[in-house]
Amino acid sequence: MTTDRMKPKPGLPVAVLLAGLSIGFFVVVALATGETAQLSGQGIAGLLQRMVALGLVAIGQTFVILVGSIDLSVAALISAVAVLASHVMQGDPAMLLPAVLLCLGLCAAVGFVNGALVAYGGINPLIATLGTGLVIQGVLAASFGALQGSVAREFQIIAYGGVLGVPYSLLLLAALSLAAAFVLDRTLFGARIYAVGGNPDGARLAGIRTERVILSAHMVASFFAGAAGLYLAARLQSGTPWIGRDGIYDLESIAVTVIGGTILAGGKGGVAGTLAGVLLFASLDAGFNMLGIDAFLKQVLRGAIVIAAVAVHAVRTKGHVA
Amino acid sequence: MTTVPQSSPSRRQAARITVNSGLVIFVALYAVIAFLQPNYLEPGLFMNFLRRAAPLVILSCGQLYVILTGGFDLSMGAVATLVVLAASILINGDPETTWAVIGALYAMGIAVGLVNGLVVAFLKVPSIIATLGTMLLVNGLALAWSGGAARGDLPDNFRNLGRLVWRNVPVIGTLPLAALVLTGFVALAWFGLNATVYGKRALAVGDNPRAAELAGTPVAATRILAFVVSAVSAATAGILLGGFSGVSVNAGEGLELQAIAACVIGGAQLLGGRGSVWSAVFGALSLFALFTLLNLLGLPQALRDSIQGLILIAAVGASMWGNRRRT
Repeated sequence: MTTDRMKPKPGLPVAVLLAGLSIGFFVVVALATGETAQLSGQGIAGLLQRMVALGLVAIGQTFVILVGSIDLSVAALISAVAVLASHVMQGDPAMLLPAVLLCLGLCAAVGFVNGALVAYGGINPLIATLGTGLVIQGVLAASFGALQGSVAREFQIIAYGGVLGVPYSLLLLAALSLAAAFVLDRTLFGARIYAVGGNPDGARLAGIRTERVILSAHMVASFFAGAAGLYLAARLQSGTPWIGRDGIYDLESIAVTVIGGTILAGGKGGVAGTLAGVLLFASLDAGFNMLGIDAFLKQVLRGAIVIAAVAVHAVRTKGHVA
Repeated sequence: MTTVPQSSPSRRQAARITVNSGLVIFVALYAVIAFLQPNYLEPGLFMNFLRRAAPLVILSCGQLYVILTGGFDLSMGAVATLVVLAASILINGDPETTWAVIGALYAMGIAVGLVNGLVVAFLKVPSIIATLGTMLLVNGLALAWSGGAARGDLPDNFRNLGRLVWRNVPVIGTLPLAALVLTGFVALAWFGLNATVYGKRALAVGDNPRAAELAGTPVAATRILAFVVSAVSAATAGILLGGFSGVSVNAGEGLELQAIAACVIGGAQLLGGRGSVWSAVFGALSLFALFTLLNLLGLPQALRDSIQGLILIAAVGASMWGNRRRT
């Protein structure tokens, strides 16, 4: 019975459908508004680059949601990493590696605390990660309220450089997505994630140490949030304590993951669907910009689309959801 | 704690005697406040404390209904913002229209609650996503309508709901109108959960929706009503907020998470099945006492978030620990 659940394949049609819809919407809007420049290689690269930050966070979020948990602290962690990177680097390329290592260390620590609270403390993941997020956000705003430091120019290559017209940031997203998909589909760790998310008691009876799997998933999510933070720092030259919160990366990453067919209860879904959800958001954004829809109306449409996109496949659910 | 005739006998009664964790935290925090600032023991300052805590307490009572049925309502803050902005635009300084507009505000709130409930109950969208969607939608509508800035004007008779204080009241000295609204709302919320069949239904649905359905509980209706109550509480809180802090575009920002935190601190269980109105009331009062205390200590605004986070984790951790020992 559980073998069906362990197959991540059912996520694929949702992904293909969503990606098709998104691209279709983008092309139609570009043609209708006469902005055909958007359909050139550069325009497409621009569209895809909109995906990078949210895409990275959402892949990490997919891991925690698959395991039946959730992470609301990612937005605060993104800000913390971006601020830390620019604060440590101070524009000095020599400090590039130490800064990145320090950021990854922070991510590991936050992921560990989140995972330990959820897996070993038995605290509801929403509350645990909301709490750690608040703690990080508070410390950050209290100690780095003013803009300080900036990342090294060499570091900004991540956001602005590229090979053969393909930005490095896109290559990074592609590489990490493939790696995440590989881990989920083809490794023991991936199989355990689906097992723990699908049926925690069954997984435990089968000899899986469910706590460790949940802890690891939280650490993966934190590392991906950190990667997004580093990318944002590179793009904006310096981090502020509010970039994560202003981007609503916590709630949006959950929204795109669920839109992509990963169910909140865990055990079903995958990276492909999540990326398609991110693509949907990116092309909606780009399309609304081309149409010149005002920022507030854009938000209204976004809210309606989140509900509609999830409703499309949720409506067939048997039984009740909360 | 309550004197309602209990339909279920002795064993339930034993559980009821356990003191609400939120009450303990609130008394402890308020004692520290009173130690630092003894005049907080005077009825006047306590009434003022209640007045300022009123919106959060009311929101928490609404949120509790949704939490009991196993869901979340993330759209409350946005509804409160919409109510504040809509009131100032619709009334626009004309005291004659106040009561009609308040009716319209509640209609808006109920509409949002109905949308939330219908989407969750019939489209089967998880409430955290559904209400996230309505949060974005309602916030966007409020900002689009007001043009992104506060405009219009609130007349005195509207603002009085939040800030009027009667002086020279016997025994307690001063009595803020908001404290009366607070008491009335809590009484209604308590009545709904403890004196009608709805309370049992909500707990049953939150505990095990499938079992509740088989036992004949109208699951969808129970869910939808919870979201409507939540939205009505958000509208009430918005009206009070407009009264004492005036019109602003981020009037309701972050209130939804505070309300969820309050319920949890008071001992309500996320994903349903356990909790009472007192969880919401004392949880919210604890949270507000915490804010007041941190304010008195002169901590920077930002660090308050951190401490709120720690308290949240500690409160849930403690209740988890208590549960494990009991079972």
